[in-house]
Parts: sequence; structure tokens; C-alpha cells
Amino acid sequence: MDLSLIIMQLFSGIALGAVLVITALGLTIVFGMLGVVNFAHGALFMIGAYAGLYLASLTGSFWWGLLLAPLLVGAFGMLIEFVLVRRLYGRSIDDPLLLTFGLSYILVEGVRIVFGSDGIPFPTPSQLIGVVDLGVGFFPKYRLFVIALVAVVLVALWLTLEKTRVGLIVRAGARDPQIMRVLGVDIGKVWLAIFGLGVGLAALGGVLAGPMRSVNPEMGTLVLAEAFVVTVIGGLGSIVGAVIAGLMVGICISMVALFAPEMATIVMFALMAAVLLVRPQGLFGLKGRA
Amino acid sequence: MARRDTKLRRTGVSRRTALMGMSAGLASLAMPRLGRAADDTIRIGFPTPLTGPFAAEARDQVKCAELAVKLVNDKGGIGGRKVELLVRDDKLNAGEAATRTLELIEKDKVHAIVGALSSAVQLAVNEVTRARGVIYVSISQSDTINEVKDFSKYTFHEALNPHMTTAAVARQTLKKGMKVAHLVADYAYGHEMLRGFKRAQATIGAESVGEILHPFGAPDYSTFMPRLMSLRPDVLCISNFGRDQANAIKQAVDFGIKQQMKIVVPVILHNQRLAVGPDVFEGVVGGANYYWGLETQNKTAAEFNAAFRAANGGAIPTDYGAYGYSGVGSLLQAMQAAGGTDTDKVIAALEALKYDLTKGPQQYRKCDHQSVQSVLVLESKKKSAMANDNDLFTIVASDAGTEDLLRSCSELGHAT
Repeated sequence: MDLSLIIMQLFSGIALGAVLVITALGLTIVFGMLGVVNFAHGALFMIGAYAGLYLASLTGSFWWGLLLAPLLVGAFGMLIEFVLVRRLYGRSIDDPLLLTFGLSYILVEGVRIVFGSDGIPFPTPSQLIGVVDLGVGFFPKYRLFVIALVAVVLVALWLTLEKTRVGLIVRAGARDPQIMRVLGVDIGKVWLAIFGLGVGLAALGGVLAGPMRSVNPEMGTLVLAEAFVVTVIGGLGSIVGAVIAGLMVGICISMVALFAPEMATIVMFALMAAVLLVRPQGLFGLKGRA
Repeated sequence: MARRDTKLRRTGVSRRTALMGMSAGLASLAMPRLGRAADDTIRIGFPTPLTGPFAAEARDQVKCAELAVKLVNDKGGIGGRKVELLVRDDKLNAGEAATRTLELIEKDKVHAIVGALSSAVQLAVNEVTRARGVIYVSISQSDTINEVKDFSKYTFHEALNPHMTTAAVARQTLKKGMKVAHLVADYAYGHEMLRGFKRAQATIGAESVGEILHPFGAPDYSTFMPRLMSLRPDVLCISNFGRDQANAIKQAVDFGIKQQMKIVVPVILHNQRLAVGPDVFEGVVGGANYYWGLETQNKTAAEFNAAFRAANGGAIPTDYGAYGYSGVGSLLQAMQAAGGTDTDKVIAALEALKYDLTKGPQQYRKCDHQSVQSVLVLESKKKSAMANDNDLFTIVASDAGTEDLLRSCSELGHAT
């Protein structure tokens, strides 16, 4: 097995991991801060892809779709929080889980009714068609772009959470919402924004995945499972965990694809089982949290 | 607690008794009508994966099966009896399909089953139908269903099989000395296609340089691409189905694979070509049972297209749709000839039937009930060469249907 092939696999793995990171991040943030397991996350990923496609064809530019779809779907997420999820805070964890589970069915069926159950082509933006010579082999430009964009989003997110006043409120709100209320912070608004952010990230994942896969109503189903695996490996609620675990899963799938391709899907579940045996709370999870 | 339990149980029993009494009364009222309906209508069960990665193809199957039923009913049915199609979602799951099929037979009292789309699922349906002695016309690709192990006198196979398709595609695309790599879905369909291609390669003298099995239903194929490119083949055969085909070809093209090698698929899918667009599929060659563009050279195809257009607002029928039409259509013709639904008479009629429903003459071979039919080889057109949105493929070859395309009866284990 020559080295250049292994380096190429590494790149494929990181590109695969990048989309996993973005989707898992939304899931883990919403769980970590709100204690809500969002089962509609995969469906919202799919909505993101359709919204991106629709907006791109409306404006004639992929870039507008990429920018607007996460914002619009994020706003839709805030509406979901405001109208539905909000009523279930403080109840057992099953209630919002069941709510979002039902919601995912409605969203998938809704898209089937509006856009049909066939796949729809999502063309790669013309600037990113083609391959780049990495010295060890050719790699699609678009996948490199995805890696770069995800890195930028991660840095921006980290800076906001760690270095700004808003980030401080969010982190404190996750720790102890009651004290925050006493201190005069409208925690309801914070939760609204967090849910919107989580959904927006799912939508961003969907738009980014669009040009790599066929866009269809069921495209979110497997993504939800993958995102769960990543959050569980990384530790439920942990942002760093989601990033590390996402890349780990991507690279793992890619390496296994090289040596035992038919095992490429199973491997992430095996990895999850192995991590849970050693650290039941996940790599970066807090004990007793999950 | 104990007292509450007794109380609950007591009310439970009394309610159940009341319900039993009521339903018995209702049943006796409804029975005469139900009974008469059961005698009149000919019911065809139609399990197909309406949800999941083959949903687009399944929906076309249903549309065309409904058209076949409608055309017969418009002409007064079969011996004055109306035909009814009972469509069920098998969810692309063998267990689900077996349950739905059993339900169709036991509860809905269907006279025959047509359908299934996945090679693994059709075998599950076949298990049930042959155990119950109900005719099953399969419209999904499979080689094993022809073999003596899975065959029964109730089993008919209207679809092409991997042996026929891969041989036809290989004849058009492979040459002596060529290097061939395979990307294969890791389940029955993929394995059978791979076997077919390798057999054809051996005849032609082309060499396999590598085989990669991928998990069924995988959304990402990028991790297989560097390996496939490093094998440096002349031809890449991608043997998978439905959305897997669209995703695999799309990602292969992203990696620039088409600049290095030709992409060949056993079955090129109309709906998947629509799902990813002309640029991605440009130059991809694959086999097909049907393509609407056949209408310029085939009268039956023109008639079938016209009937479908009339029933579906001008839309055109697709490849797997045509299976739904010919599968149900051939069965109904046999019932017509047999003068009813008597299973043995219909089997005899199917074996004797010469039918021409979509693309020219077809008939079920006696030993394995495989439909002898023509195989098309299509090449996806580039965007600038398309006359309209439906002008997807060029017909590269149309091999006339003869028994030479099939494996011999003795090879399959049938008495000759």
C-alpha cells in the first residue's frame, strides 16, 4: 500500500468528517444547553439542502443559497422552539424527543408533497468544479472548500462562545439557568437563539452536502444516525468532543474503506461501542450528564 | 393496587364481550356484500418499496401497473370481472415484504402477486408465494430466482436478469485486454451483477484489476475513489441501484474519474439520471429493459408511451415503470386466456403466452419461467445533444430477445 494513497484517504476522511462535525455540532449544542434531543435534526439538514437549492436557483448563485438557507432555516428553527419546544422545557427528556421525532415525519412528508420523492440535481458551483493536484493525487475542489468553510465556522463559533459577552451568557445559562434569571438575564431569549443556531448548523450541513450527494427527502435519515454517533463518541453536549469525534469518525470510515470497504458503515458504530465501553460519558462528556 | 387491577380486568372483559357481540352483528350484516365482492373482483397484490432509496423507481412501477389494470378494466375486465390492484409498501425490507405478502394472500385473498424491486426482497416474496401456492410475477432483476433452488412452478420472472444485462453491456463496452475495476453494492443485486460482468469479461478477454464492495445505501463514496483511481483501469463498472447509483457516479465524476476511465453500469436508471443531471451522467453506458425513445423504431413502444401519456398528463414511462406494466399486463393476458383465476390454468397460460406489451415479443421460458426479451444498451447524452428534457439516452444497441441471452436450463439445474 503506497503512502500517497493513505494521504489521499486521509483527505477524503477529513472532508467526510467536516460535514459530520457541522451536523453533530448543532445536535450537541442544543442538547448541551437546552437538554433537548432534537430528533428532527436530520430532517432539518434535508430542509437546509432543499432551501439552499431553491434559493440558489432563485438568485442564480450557489453562494446566496449557502448564506441564506442556514439563516432562513435557523429562523424556522426559532419558530419551532417558540411555538412547540418551549412548552416542554422542564419536563422529562422524552417529551421533546417525541415532539421532534413527530416533527421529522411531518417535514419529510411535507417535502415529498411539495418537491416529490425523486432526487433533485444540486449542481456544484461552477468555481469549484474540478480537481486540485495535491501532489499525491487529485482531490475535488469542492471538498477542499467544505473543509475550509467548516474550519472557518468552527473558529467563529469558538470565538463567539469563549471571547464575547454573549458567549459568556450562553455558557453560564447552560450551567445554571436559575441563577441567570436571578441576575436579570432573559434566558428564554438565549434558548431561542441557541435552538435557532443548532438548526441553522443542520441546514448549513445540508447545503454543503447538496453538491456531493443527490438531494432527496430521505437524505437526513442516515445523517441523523451519524450525527448521534458522533455526539455520543464526543460526549453529549461537548462542542470540542463533536469536532474531535466528527473528524475521528470521518478518518476511521475512510481508512477502513481502504482495507475492508464493505465495513465502511459499520465501523462508526463499532467505534462508538468501543468508546462507550471505556468512557461511558464519551470522550469529552461530563460524568453523570448523559 | 390489587383491587384496582381486578376492577380493571373486570371492565376489560365486559367491554371485550360487548365488542365481540357488536362486531359479530356487524359482520353478519356486512358479510353478504363482502362475499359477493370477493367472488367478482380479480385482486392483484403489488408489494414495492414506496419509501427508501428506490422510491422513485417504485412509484413508476405502481403508475404503470395501474395503467395495465385500467386498460383491461376499460375493456370490461376479464370475463366480466373487474381487476383491482392492491399496492403495499415493502419498505425495501425482506421481512416487511414477507409480512405484507402474507397479508395480501391471507387477508385480502389476492389471486396473484406482482412486484418487488430489490433482488433480496423479491426472494422473500417468492418464499411466501411458493409456500402458499400463489402465482408471483417478479419485476426485479435476479439470477437466483431462475435457479432451481428458488424456483417453483408459481414463480415467474418478467424482469431482465443480471446475466442478460451485464453480457449485453460488456459486449458494447469491453474489449480484449482491457483492465476493469468494480465498485459493487454489498448485497444480492451487486454480487449477481459482479458475477455477470466477470463471466462476460472471461468470454471477451478483459481483466479484473480490483473489486470494492460498498455498504448498501451508503451516501458517500469519496473514500473509495482514491483506491479506484490507483488501480488505473480502462473501465469502472459501478454495480449498484437507485440513489446509490446517482451518488456513486456523481462522486466519481467529482474526483475526475471520467478523465481517466469509462464508467459503465449494469442498469442505467432513468430517474437517477434525472436526479443528478446530464453533466454527471454524460458518457455513462448501461443496460436497460426499456427506454421511451424506443418509440421511433418500435410500434409497441409508441403505443405504450401513448397510453401512459394519456393517463399521466403527458409524462413518459420509465424503465422500471415498464416492468410494472409488462408484469401485470402479461399476467392479465394469461388470466384472459385461462378464462379466470384458476392457478394451474393461469400457469399453463403464462407458459404458453406470447406477449408484446412494451418493446417487442416476449415469452416465459418453460423451464425457469424467465421472460425471454430484448436488452437495450444506452449511453447518457451530453446536455448540448439533448433535444428536450426527456431526451436522456442514445440507444447504442438493442439485442433481440432470444434464448441465447439466457443461461441454459441445465446450467440452472432444471431437468431438460
